[in-house]
Amino acid sequence: MTTTLPPAGLTGTAGPRRRSIGRFGKYTQVGTTVVLLAIMLFVGSLLYPNFTSGQALLDLFGKNVFLIPLAVGMTFVIISGGIDLSVGAVMALGSVIAATLLAAGWPAWAVIVVVLLAGSGLGLFVGYVISRFEIQPFIATLAAMFLARGLCLVITDRSIAIDNSFFQALNLGKIGLWESTTTNLRGRTRVAEVYTTPSVLIALGLVLMAFLVLHYSRFGRTVYAVGGSESSAGLMGLSVQRTKISVYVISGFCAALAGLLFSFYTASGDPVAGIGYELNAIAAVVIGGTLLAGGSGYVIGSVLGVLTLGTIYAYKEFDGDLNTGWTRVMIGVLVLFFIVLQRFVASRRWART
Amino acid sequence: MKAFLSHRLVWPAAVLLALLVANQVANHSFLSITVQDGNLFGPLIDILRRAAPVVLVALGMTLVIATRGIDLSVGAVAAISGSWASMYIIGSADRASVGVVLTAIGVALLMALVAGMWNGFLVSVLGIQPIVATLVLMTAGRGLAQVITDEKILYPDNSPAYKLIGGGYLLAVPFSILLAGAIFALTAVLTRKTALGTLIESVGVNPEASRLAGVRARTIIFIVYVFSGLCAGLAGLMLTSNSTSADPNSIGLFIELDAILAVVIGGTSLAGGRFSLAGTLIGAFIIETMDTFVVIAISARSTDVFKACVVIVVCLLQSPQARSWLVHTVLRRPVRRPAPPPPPPAAVDAPVAVPDAGTLIADAAATGDDPSAPTGSAVTGNAATESSVTGSAATAADSMDPAATGSGRSTAGAPRSDEYTVRTR
Repeated sequence: MTTTLPPAGLTGTAGPRRRSIGRFGKYTQVGTTVVLLAIMLFVGSLLYPNFTSGQALLDLFGKNVFLIPLAVGMTFVIISGGIDLSVGAVMALGSVIAATLLAAGWPAWAVIVVVLLAGSGLGLFVGYVISRFEIQPFIATLAAMFLARGLCLVITDRSIAIDNSFFQALNLGKIGLWESTTTNLRGRTRVAEVYTTPSVLIALGLVLMAFLVLHYSRFGRTVYAVGGSESSAGLMGLSVQRTKISVYVISGFCAALAGLLFSFYTASGDPVAGIGYELNAIAAVVIGGTLLAGGSGYVIGSVLGVLTLGTIYAYKEFDGDLNTGWTRVMIGVLVLFFIVLQRFVASRRWART
Repeated sequence: MKAFLSHRLVWPAAVLLALLVANQVANHSFLSITVQDGNLFGPLIDILRRAAPVVLVALGMTLVIATRGIDLSVGAVAAISGSWASMYIIGSADRASVGVVLTAIGVALLMALVAGMWNGFLVSVLGIQPIVATLVLMTAGRGLAQVITDEKILYPDNSPAYKLIGGGYLLAVPFSILLAGAIFALTAVLTRKTALGTLIESVGVNPEASRLAGVRARTIIFIVYVFSGLCAGLAGLMLTSNSTSADPNSIGLFIELDAILAVVIGGTSLAGGRFSLAGTLIGAFIIETMDTFVVIAISARSTDVFKACVVIVVCLLQSPQARSWLVHTVLRRPVRRPAPPPPPPAAVDAPVAVPDAGTLIADAAATGDDPSAPTGSAVTGNAATESSVTGSAATAADSMDPAATGSGRSTAGAPRSDEYTVRTR
C-alpha cells in the first residue's frame, strides 16, 4: 500500500531506548480496545437487563463466530503490510462448496478437507500474483473477490440446505459450561444452563494457534519484519516472497474455515453470504489496534475487535427501535477513533526515535 | 506504426473494439440504433447510459488515484445523496415541482461535497492513508443513508424533473449521457488545458518535493477528494433517478470497485503520478460492454468470474515483472536450478506468444543486446517446451541473475507491444 506515514514498524527496533513509560506503550492500542469494550458492556448493562449475563456474553462469540477466523486471517495479512478484500467472498464460496458436495453425497470429512484446500489454494494464487508480479494486494484480492463470488454464483444462485448428520451435530451441539440462576421480577427463580457451541471452540482453537504462530514462531517474526519494512527484511536475508505468499494462504484458509463455521451456523451454503464482511474483518482488526500500514498488531486485539463489533450489534438486538444505520455509523466512528489514535501514537513514536 | 502501437490507449481501445465485435456476433442487432418517439434507442445507447454513473465516479477516482490516493467511499456517498434527494422529493407536497427537485439536488450535492471535504480533511490535513481514511466513510456512509431513509426503500416516482437526470432524454439523447459527457469534457479541459493536471501528477509523484517546489500539495489533494465526492453524489442521483427507487443498501453497491477497475484498465497506475481521462472513459465502457456481452453470450451468473479474469490479465499486462518474465521465457533458456513451484497463471498464455519469438529475437539481435541468442526457430522450440516450467525459470532468473533480468528488460522496449497483440485477443 502506498503510504506517506512514517513507518511505525521501524520503531519496534528501538526497544532499549524507550523511556520507562514506553515499556507498556506498545499495548496502548489493545489497552484502549479493552477499556472501550468494558465501557460499552457496562453502558449496555445499565440500559438493558441481562446485557452482560453469562449467556449474552457467550453469544457475543456464538453469533460472530465466523467473523473471528476472518479477522485472524486478516491480522496476518495486514501485519505483513497487505490487505485482503476477498475474505467475505471466499467464506461464501466455502459454504457453497460444502453444501454442494454434501448434497452430492460426499462424506463430511472429505468435504471439510476440500473446502479448506480450496480456500488455501485461492490464497496461494493471490499471494503468488502479489509477490511474484508485484501487483498491489488491493487489486489482486479485489480480483480474487470477484472470482470467488462469481464461482459461488456459477455453482448455485440460491442457498442450499445442509442435512448432513455431522454438520447438523455441530450446528445443534451445545456444550454446557455452568448453570446460572436467574430471578425474574415476580421472584421466580429459573435455572438455565449456560452453553457454548462447538463452532466457538473451533474458532478459539484457531485463535490460539494463530497466537502461537504469530508471536512465538520464526515465521511470525518474519511477518512482522516484512510488514515493518520489506526491503530491510529482504536485506536481513528473510524470505520476503515466501512470507507474503504464506499470509495470503493463511487468510484463505481462515476464510474457508469461516465458511465452514457459517455453514454449521446457518445449516446452508449461501452464494451471497458475507457481502461486506471483508469490511467488518478490517474494522475488527483496526479496532483491535493493528496498524493498517503493517508491522504492528496482535491476534488477541482482533478478537477483541470482533467482540466490540458484536457488542454494537448486540445493542441493536436488545433495542428493537434502534436503526440499523446507527450500528454502521458507530462502527465507522470507532474505526476513525482508532485510526486517529494510531496516527497519534505513530507520530509520537516517530518523533522519539 | 510502432509509435502507434506503443501508445498507451491502443490496447484498452482494442479490447473495447473486440468486445463490441463479440457483442455484435452474439447479438446481431447490437449495433443498431433506432429512433422511437423521437428518442434514440438501442443496446449501444443502453450501455452508454448505464456507463454514465460509472464514468462520473471513475472520473473523480482517476484524479484521486493520480495523487496516489484511493477513494473507497464513493458508493456510500452515492447512497447518501441518492437517499436524501429521494427522501426530500417523497416528503414534499408537490413532487412534480421543479423547485423541489432543484432543492433536493442542490442539498444532496452539498452533502456529497461535505463528504468529499471530510475525506480530503482526513487525507490532506491529518495525513491518514487514503485507503484507511475513506474506509471510515465507506463503513459509516451507508449507515447514514439508512438513517436518512429510516431503513426503508424509497420510490421517488411521479417526478418528471427528477426522472430526467437518470432516465430522461434531452435532444433525443439520454440526459445522463449528456451530463456525464459534459462533466468529462469540463474535467478534461480543466486538467489538460490548465496546469492543474500537471500539478496533480506532480503531487502524485512526490507530495513532499512538489510542496518544496511551491505546489500547494495539500490543497490539491483536498480538492481531488472533494471533486470525487461531488461526482459520486451526482452518480447517486443518476442511479436513484434512473431506477426510481432508493435502497440505501444497494445504491452504488460496488461502484467503487467498478470505478477503480475502469481507472486501472484505462492505464492509470495505482501508484499515482500520471493519469489518462480518455483511458478511464474507455475502461468504463469496457466494463459495461463486458457485462452486456457476458449476459448475452455466456450467462449472467458468470459475469463476476469473467470480470475477475479480465482484472487479473490487465494487471499482469501492466506489471513490469510480468512483462520482463514474458520476454525472458520467450527469449532465452533461463532454467538455472530445478525447482518447480506451481506455474503462474500467465503460463497459460506463454505458448500463445511463441509465434512472436522470431520477432523478439530479430529485435534483440538488431540491438546487439544478446549476441548469444540462437536462431529464431530454435528458441521457439525452447519456449514451447519451457512453458511448463516457467515458474521455476522465472524465479531463478529473478532472484539469481539481476543482470539477465536487466538485459531482458532493456530488449523489452519494442517487442513488448507484440505480445500484447497475442495475449489480449
